[in-house]
Amino acid sequence: MSDAPTPKIAVSGLEKSFGRKRVLTGIEIACDAGESLVVIGGSGTGKSVLIKCILGLLRPDRGSIRIDGEETVGAGSAARARLMRKFGMLFQGSALFDSLPVWENVAFGLIQGRGMPRQRAREIALEKLAAVGLGPEVAALSPAELSGGMQKRVALARAIAAEPEILFFDEPTTGLDPIMADVINRLILDCVRGLGATAVSITHDMISARKIADRIAMLHQGRIIWQGPTAEIDRTDNPYVDQFVNGRAEGPIRMEVRAA
Amino acid sequence: MIYFLAAVGAAFLAFLASVGRLAMFTGRALAVGATPPYYPRLMLRQIIDIGYFSLPVVGLTALFTGMVLALQSYTGFARFNAEGAVATVVVLSVTRELGPVIAGLMVAGRVGAAMAAEIGTMRVTEQIDALTTLSTDPLRYLVLPRLLAGLVTLPLLVFVADIIGVFGGFLVGTYKLDFNPVGYLTQTEQYLATMDVVSGLVKAAVFGFLIALMGCYQGYHSRGGAEGVGQATTYAVVSASILILLSDYLLTQAFFAQ
Repeated sequence: MSDAPTPKIAVSGLEKSFGRKRVLTGIEIACDAGESLVVIGGSGTGKSVLIKCILGLLRPDRGSIRIDGEETVGAGSAARARLMRKFGMLFQGSALFDSLPVWENVAFGLIQGRGMPRQRAREIALEKLAAVGLGPEVAALSPAELSGGMQKRVALARAIAAEPEILFFDEPTTGLDPIMADVINRLILDCVRGLGATAVSITHDMISARKIADRIAMLHQGRIIWQGPTAEIDRTDNPYVDQFVNGRAEGPIRMEVRAA
Repeated sequence: MIYFLAAVGAAFLAFLASVGRLAMFTGRALAVGATPPYYPRLMLRQIIDIGYFSLPVVGLTALFTGMVLALQSYTGFARFNAEGAVATVVVLSVTRELGPVIAGLMVAGRVGAAMAAEIGTMRVTEQIDALTTLSTDPLRYLVLPRLLAGLVTLPLLVFVADIIGVFGGFLVGTYKLDFNPVGYLTQTEQYLATMDVVSGLVKAAVFGFLIALMGCYQGYHSRGGAEGVGQATTYAVVSASILILLSDYLLTQAFFAQ
């Protein structure tokens, strides 16, 4: 018997295809409780598909995904609802609800998902907005009135509002200027550490990956081809990782022209 | 020849698959209504959007439809010396057929398209995925309130449209065709049966449900950014219009065919 603790997230033999296009071809990866795992890889390599399979937004074709040791592939709606309460997600485009003001976006999961009274949920929303550096004057604004960086902050506040055990970040710094990207990276670090949460991020921004990751894994052609502590990524002799990390056009990775 | 048959077969199978997907979507959307939570505030918003804001366009359409109907039936019936039947023709045509169908088609263009565009935009900007991650069932939150609002609101809208349509016929009949106002109204009331109005309202409920269903279904399954949302909007209006006309025939058959 092994005394190793059960990983918070354990993915094994995960496969997912769209028509004839095989996107994930046997993912093996695990993430311990409290760890920040960043999955890197080029555009169209299946990073978002991986995260959506773990979240249950996409149904895998084959394989196993365990959260706290509990199998989630094929879980019923009650089990799925229980799992969702453990998750918080920051979407690439923020995915804020246009029809609701900022505070209701942040409080949405508390009011609709957990049945919390609106007044109490509003107080928590203002606290979370403050935690990401936004004042109460933003609360009544519509998401369309905010800049991209502010929308990301609101989305981050929404992701942490219910204090989830596992946070997912989909390209958290894409489309932001370097300064705002650094602000978001710091906020992610603060939020993850503050909550003691497990974090899984996907990005192709190496500055972001180095900043927020305890461990990095690289996804290429549907498989994890390398994983290790953040400090080791510059020392690896894996030619794929070396080409990606250093952003070179020449190397074993060939850019696909077609998405599917 | 074999290629032609294969293409026809493939198209037919694709059609059956689409019908199956739509049936499953409808079943799932209705099944979530069996248990709470419910969103009455969202449903009320949809009722106002479908009913109140559609009133001007449906009212105007109904008014002109009643007016044209009176004029057409008068000029047509004059050939058989049957001008006296104008009031009856107007009221039966409006309540049984034109009120629900015209209102349904106008609402399909106005509301069905808006539903498809709104839900489609939410799909392509990952807002629907965000709902799921926030422990909220998108079918329960987005689709069910719209389906119920469509079902409830269109009969109310059609009831108003019926009155306006009959009034349009009355205006033309009395001011242009020189009918006696009391005689026109008496004839309108004399041949109108409860079933004529009820059948129109039942049709309206079915049309309202179909409009909301197609708007939600097409929006929910839209893909590929702005182009996909535009396509979903078109499909929502076209498919709702076709289903309205198809179900109109079936319901008329069920109500009135001997």
